[in-house]
Amino acid sequence: MRLYFKYLAILFKSQMQYRTSFWLLAFGQFFIPFFVFAGMYFLFQRFGQIQGWSFAEVALCYGVIHMAFSLAECLARGFDAFSTLVAGGDFDRVLVRPRGTIVQVLGSRFEFTRVGRLLQSVLVLGWAIANVSVEWDAAKAVTVLFMIASGVFIFTGIFMLAATLCFWTIQGLEVANIFTDGGREMAQYPLTIYEKWVRVFFTFVIPFGCVNYLPLMYVLGRAEGSAVLYMLAPLAGAAFLLPCLWIWRTGVRHYRSTGS
Amino acid sequence: MRAYVSAGKLKFLNGLQYRSAAAAGIATQFFWGFIYIMIFVAFYSQPTAIQHPPSLSLPDLVAYIWLQQAFLAFIVLWFRDQEIFGLITGGNIAYELCRPCGIYELWYAKLLASRLASAILRCLPILSIAFFLPEPYRMNPPASAASLALFAASLALGLLVLVAVSMFIYISVFWTMSPVGSTLLIGVVGEFMAGLIIPVPLMPDWLQRIAYALPFRWTADFPFRVYSGQIPLQEASFGLAIQLAWLVVLIIAGKLLIKRALRQVVVQGG
Repeated sequence: MRLYFKYLAILFKSQMQYRTSFWLLAFGQFFIPFFVFAGMYFLFQRFGQIQGWSFAEVALCYGVIHMAFSLAECLARGFDAFSTLVAGGDFDRVLVRPRGTIVQVLGSRFEFTRVGRLLQSVLVLGWAIANVSVEWDAAKAVTVLFMIASGVFIFTGIFMLAATLCFWTIQGLEVANIFTDGGREMAQYPLTIYEKWVRVFFTFVIPFGCVNYLPLMYVLGRAEGSAVLYMLAPLAGAAFLLPCLWIWRTGVRHYRSTGS
Repeated sequence: MRAYVSAGKLKFLNGLQYRSAAAAGIATQFFWGFIYIMIFVAFYSQPTAIQHPPSLSLPDLVAYIWLQQAFLAFIVLWFRDQEIFGLITGGNIAYELCRPCGIYELWYAKLLASRLASAILRCLPILSIAFFLPEPYRMNPPASAASLALFAASLALGLLVLVAVSMFIYISVFWTMSPVGSTLLIGVVGEFMAGLIIPVPLMPDWLQRIAYALPFRWTADFPFRVYSGQIPLQEASFGLAIQLAWLVVLIIAGKLLIKRALRQVVVQGG
């Protein structure tokens, strides 16, 4: 863990060398999702609501997912850019060091410019929490925190899976974007608006449903039955990371250097 | 002219090589298409939408989304040629200036060709499947033969306009020296105003007026609505003239700008 923070400190210093570029990028990172959110606002302005969900409720969903995504992108960027490490043969160096591969890959990149996106999602989340008609109490607040944490775990897991594929394909795969960017775009609306096959896939295979739907029902006071179950649903999302870790280990064992 | 055509041809053939990337892109675009359509179907099933149907009907919207996915390479501004950025920031622009041909025309031809190659690989598979999907995802055929012809013309003109717009992104790098920050904003605003995030007819009225005044919507929103007949034929043929006018204005402005940029160009060494 100490090693990881040391990596972060180094990367932070190096990125701060290009200060204007850093702020411009952070600014841009703020605006891209901002326009998506504006689009969403205009749609709600025209249509009122979406299958019984009001704008503030969907904004809550949006805020949670975007926050989880930007945190995961900050932290796990090393996995996202992993194909360059494999294609260049630099992964060999990671292997010979006497530390775990995961810490080193995580520490190989860290995009501080993502603070722009993070800030945007914090604003949206804050606005949604203030405007949604919910009696907030400690249990609900904790559930929202769980949702964010679980989202971070899921996105990190997907980044890891995509990185593991690189062991076999050498190249990065664009298909993985379906589950990262696509998953993000999809999960910013409550899962109920989608067709059954999408719902099933994103609940049982990649458990976004445990992040943005089941606990949300509880927070909004729509859940029936045991509240604890709904509160704990995000944990199931976090469990998604375990098989990902296992697959990563298998991948590392299969690794053959490109030898350049 | 022949030099530009052959430069473009090279880039085009080069672009056709990335077939597995295109296959991956097709899968991604199908996913996006489905997700967007599901979201809009959910919105359109609202009682407010049934009482006051939006000017863009659902089948027209579905065609709009599939065309958008199929011709993504014709309409997005984030589709960029790193090579040109590298030329400017790396100093190899000096070689480019020695060539016996105009730099604007050369880059224009290259950018046009790489977009064409990418779209050709992707549009046919996407469209051919989209026509046979079950409802509500099925894409309707064009409203009439005339609207199909106008669609093809407006899509081609739209592509030319888009490349002219994207030239400004490259030219701006002469001043900023960094392809990311400032160009990001042109890209994001342009794509929003072109109707890539939400279709222009679904925007509030005040925003529609802004979108109609800018060149961006002529690259995507206009051809896609001509296809479904949502823009009637007469208005569509008038629109072609406006596209042409924008094209001339943008190219002249771009050429003037690049001339000024080249007069004060600093060749980056190294």
